[in-house]
Amino acid sequence: MIINLDPVFLARIQFAFTISFHIIFPAFTIGLASWLAVLEWRWLKTGNTVYEEVYRMWVKIFAVTFGMGVVSGVVMSFQFGTNWSVFSDRAGNVLGPLLGYEVLTAFFLEASFLGVMLFGWNRVSPKMHFAATVIVAVGTLISAFWILSANSWMQTPQGYQVGADGLLYPTDWIKIIFNPSFPYRFLHMVTASYLTTAFVVGGIGAHYLWRNRHVKHARVMLGMAMIMAIFVAPIQAVMGDFHGLNTLQHQPAKVAAMEGIWETEQGAPLRLFGWPDQEDEKTKYAIEIPKLSSLILTHDLNGEVKGLKEWPKDERPPVALVFWSFRIMVGIGVLMIFTGITAAILFLRKQLFTKRWFHLWCMAMTPAGFVTVLAGWFVTEIGRQPYIVYGVIRTAKTISPVMGSQVALSLLAFIFSYVFIFGAGSYYILRLIGKGPGIPENAYGTHGVKEPPLFTDLTSESGGKHV
Amino acid sequence: MFSLEGFVDLPLVWYGLIATAIFLYVLLDGFDLGVGILFPFAPSDSCRNRMMNSIAPFWDGNETWLVLGGGGMFAAFPLAYAILMPALYMPIILMLIGLIFRGVAFEFRFKATGRSRRLWDYSFHFGSLGATFMQGMVLGAFVQGIKIQGRSFAGGAFDWLNAYSVMVGMALVFGYALLGATWLVMKTDGITQDWARKCAGYVLGYVGIFLGLVSISMPMMNTDVKTLWFSLPNFFYLLPIPLSALVMLVMIWRGLHKGKEHLPFFMSIGVFLTGYLGLGISLWPWLVPFNVSFRQAAAVPESQSLLLVGTIVMLPLILGYVGYCYYLFRGKSSDETLY
Repeated sequence: MIINLDPVFLARIQFAFTISFHIIFPAFTIGLASWLAVLEWRWLKTGNTVYEEVYRMWVKIFAVTFGMGVVSGVVMSFQFGTNWSVFSDRAGNVLGPLLGYEVLTAFFLEASFLGVMLFGWNRVSPKMHFAATVIVAVGTLISAFWILSANSWMQTPQGYQVGADGLLYPTDWIKIIFNPSFPYRFLHMVTASYLTTAFVVGGIGAHYLWRNRHVKHARVMLGMAMIMAIFVAPIQAVMGDFHGLNTLQHQPAKVAAMEGIWETEQGAPLRLFGWPDQEDEKTKYAIEIPKLSSLILTHDLNGEVKGLKEWPKDERPPVALVFWSFRIMVGIGVLMIFTGITAAILFLRKQLFTKRWFHLWCMAMTPAGFVTVLAGWFVTEIGRQPYIVYGVIRTAKTISPVMGSQVALSLLAFIFSYVFIFGAGSYYILRLIGKGPGIPENAYGTHGVKEPPLFTDLTSESGGKHV
Repeated sequence: MFSLEGFVDLPLVWYGLIATAIFLYVLLDGFDLGVGILFPFAPSDSCRNRMMNSIAPFWDGNETWLVLGGGGMFAAFPLAYAILMPALYMPIILMLIGLIFRGVAFEFRFKATGRSRRLWDYSFHFGSLGATFMQGMVLGAFVQGIKIQGRSFAGGAFDWLNAYSVMVGMALVFGYALLGATWLVMKTDGITQDWARKCAGYVLGYVGIFLGLVSISMPMMNTDVKTLWFSLPNFFYLLPIPLSALVMLVMIWRGLHKGKEHLPFFMSIGVFLTGYLGLGISLWPWLVPFNVSFRQAAAVPESQSLLLVGTIVMLPLILGYVGYCYYLFRGKSSDETLY
């Protein structure tokens, strides 16, 4: 039975699983690294040790998250070859250098200076330590640059030609790197990372305020997080809109799936909810707002939006998954904007740090960024199916010459390992959060003083001491 | 489009670069995997803390060389990458899972208390051991040759598994253990160092035996390799390689006994270099033995050129700041939590 498993299906599941698991960590660490740089800058500038203590608490969480990101990322660099070797062969000439540049310009930078950031307290000057934090933050952004360029090229390929042997050959690197969807995807993803981090930090800050612990630190966390929610969440909506318009131009089938539109329509309504049925080729039980879809997509009430029936059945993505992921992404995005507006109002009324219902709300929003990022990637990755390089190479044709059973076993091994690791990692992060910021009194303030071992530290403090 | 094809022999340069990246990976991750292999045998928890601290700032950077080796091969020799990965599917997946369990142990171990700390100690040990063994199996399968058809791997799912690859797997475990032990001799003192010195002496014998076994078996398995090494005058040209390995093994032995702290580690690197050279010479010019040469597997000149420019600019920088980090964390490691 295990012998007859379909390797293509299993390899898809495996890639979806390992990449979804992996993206959680960079989505968080890209934002967190930048925030840590800001925190350290504030601390060096003002000498206020609250910033230092918040930094020292979050840098530990950063280390745990980054570690999990590294090990799950190493897996990704081999996955192209183990499961999708035909893809590696056919697209290697184009994509290889982009991934190579990611390693050369980002990975070494991050890995080396993370060591300085974590272990260098007593060995480098405060300025050098700050520099290390900034370098790690920049490294995460460079890494995002290259990997999103590679991903975007697979969505909107250009600057290549297909050889007689079926291999893709590069003809213009600038066109390849700066392909049409790349700027939008890059900005949209980096902003998403910043928001993800903001809502995690804000949620934890709100948690402390709710419990009346570490109030000084909690105000820094919630305050800075809400600055992001107030200003960046609306910008993200605008950028998302631009990204969507870009997708409409280059991948209209994806947009049709996002909107659940089957027939080409003028003045297409926006389907708020519904059940897209791939077999019947219609979106059932739809709740519609007339003409809104045309307005959003074409900026014209009666603009034409192409329906899925324009494409043959075997060129359509799985509609329901794309449709629903898109709604989850947009829905949570709207909640983020509302959180920002509420925070702004509360701040102006000087109630941001005292309104307990708002703290409870922020606590509930803690995982919002992760869900949104995953949903967004589901939209873009499932929406470009059945192609791995859009319009050029079909995903199903790029599978390695391996047996279904091999892929199944490795998938099980990854699921087991990741669940175990993720469980442990989450547990330790929760414990760090439970412990909270602040270090014993005699070690306050300077770079030069060593901290006592962590685990005695954990048992000696029962919380609430540094409020 | 931009290409350096007319100026340099691109496939050859890239063959050299990838070989260097993989060698640096073997050395650098080799010593920290070796520390993981020796980990549970250390005399006390305080020793284990020291061991962990001696590699904690470096392991992440060390593992990046593996990503460079893999990513670089994908970029410069996509055909070889596309054939080797499916051919070595299972050992590579198992290696990755080993690396996951040992990688997270660095962070989790210092955050765990009581018995759960034991769990991460073993996760670190078995992860390191498993990853090393699988790397050795990959090497063992690689040198025996890979079956291909057209542009794809055409062998079976278990081609990589046989007595020979198991033997090479064990050889690498002892090899990394030697690097790890001599690293600890250099980076620790007191009872940790005494213990590491004993370990190094113990594994040194096995390294010598396995090195001999692999050196003898390679020419026996393949007649081309045999003629390469044993025909005249090649024999005399190549003789310095095994001879210098022998000399260095003896120097490690004497260094350990004379209480030298740095020499054993650097001589161990030397032993690895001779082994690696020997392999490289035997397998020249194959990138997928014995079917696809590095020239056949090369990406188009445009792709190799683009990445070469980046490499020329970035590699010295990388070596510079990696060196800075090793300099920064020089000296003996302590058993305290570092941050």
